[in-house]
Amino acid sequence: MGTDAANGAGDGTATSEGGGRVLHATTPLDEAFVRSLRCGDEVWLDGTVWGVRDASLIRFFDEGKRVDADFGGAVFLHTAPSVRPDGSGGYLPVSVGTTTSMRMDRFTRGCLDELGVRAIVGKGGLSAESLEHLRRSGGVYLAVTGGAASVQTRQVAEIEDVLWEDLMPECLWRFRMRGFGPLFVGMDSHGVSEYQRVRDTAQERRAAARRVLGL
Amino acid sequence: MKQLDVNGADLYPQLREVAAVLYKKALTDLPPDVRRSVDEAREREEGLAGRRLEVMVKTIRTSDDTGIIVCQDTGICVFFVRIGTGFPVNPAKLVTALREGIALASERHALRSSIVHPLTRENRQDNTGPGVPEVHLDFVDGGEELEILLVPKGSGSENMSFLRMLSPADGTAGVKGYVLDCVIEAGPRPCPPTIVGVGLGGTADQCAALAKKAILRPVGEPHPEPDIADLERQLLTAVNTTGIGPQGLGGATTSFAVHVEYAWTHISMNPVAVNIQCWRGERASATVGPEGAVSYGY
Ligand code: SF4
Repeated sequence: MGTDAANGAGDGTATSEGGGRVLHATTPLDEAFVRSLRCGDEVWLDGTVWGVRDASLIRFFDEGKRVDADFGGAVFLHTAPSVRPDGSGGYLPVSVGTTTSMRMDRFTRGCLDELGVRAIVGKGGLSAESLEHLRRSGGVYLAVTGGAASVQTRQVAEIEDVLWEDLMPECLWRFRMRGFGPLFVGMDSHGVSEYQRVRDTAQERRAAARRVLGL
Repeated sequence: MKQLDVNGADLYPQLREVAAVLYKKALTDLPPDVRRSVDEAREREEGLAGRRLEVMVKTIRTSDDTGIIVCQDTGICVFFVRIGTGFPVNPAKLVTALREGIALASERHALRSSIVHPLTRENRQDNTGPGVPEVHLDFVDGGEELEILLVPKGSGSENMSFLRMLSPADGTAGVKGYVLDCVIEAGPRPCPPTIVGVGLGGTADQCAALAKKAILRPVGEPHPEPDIADLERQLLTAVNTTGIGPQGLGGATTSFAVHVEYAWTHISMNPVAVNIQCWRGERASATVGPEGAVSYGY
């Protein structure tokens, strides 16, 4: 059970260049750890991370299908990787990156409340409605650096399992990650969203930007 | 593929190889102007924005060292081809060879197939399908060379494409305001810092194509016409005033460049299109000389 940060293994008090804390944790994550995370913190993960995407989430929640796996405290990553068969029925990672989360926004509640997921990893953030679900259920949204797939691929220690293979490449992937990061807390369980903050800033600065254009 | 036998019967299998090389290269080896832009932004940005740029710098290096593609999105392939009338190639056969090259590279490098039927979502697992790759052919009267440029366009940024048929009364002010609105609307989704392509004039589809063409111009090359170059500079300053920043999580660098391309249009029209390129700025090119020598570039 894994909040290395809580027991100091990851040095929960280290400070990143950005001013937030740097935390290391092992999955699955417990609620107390997730609730301790704040926007601006930097997180590094070890252990199982599940790869999900449009098709697998549709199967979970629109078709109501389930698999034989425990998602309590799980980390879901929005991805559809490129893989290569390993010759013995499994797969080797070719490129494991991250996709835009907003397309999967409507599944946030289901992931948190029906499956017990604690962290959603993606890029671009989720809606205000999802922010409310994260607050209520004790979840967090972690932002990867989009497009940085070669670095992320090297952090995949192993593809442990693949379920719903017929959805290739949008199957349910079970990755074992080693030093997965840096992930940035983009939406926390205290109702704060970095994305909203940046959106608000952009709206405020729209007038200044228009002045640059002589408008 | 460094040297082609241009007069041999087997020219097309060779061109297929060139297309396959371009696909892998575009996804792995970022153009020098993009690398420079990422490095400069890294110097400029502080805090978490700087951390995110550090990851981009590291990603470029990791792809150089390992051959792993930069981003997992294998994109939707768009070719821009210029055929000199002196170069002995049959354009229809060339288009087939380019398509086969994409399928070949997909298999060879286990590239995820991102291409599906728009309604059934059927996937042929080779990154092709009817209409894909998209191939734009241009002919150069008196030219001796064959130039092939490939952009495997990422979906996150292509989904942030915009077209508005403004009215002439909206003028240049309408155009400028619209571009700014589009960048704010796109926010984090196209993986900023971006290259913003703006198409002006033409017909609706021509305008959109101009915007796509605008993202292909290397960063640091302003439009040759001073008025347009000035418009590009103004727009870049404006979008970087928004504070959207790297990955849309705040910072001073929302875009590396804004590029504008235009065509003349109708007296009652004022179309503007925006096409956005992600930070990885993927593109690769090959030029085949009259004797068959191939040089690869960006
Ligand atoms: S927006 Fe571009 S860089 Fe970002 S994940 Fe998509 S294709 Fe990759």
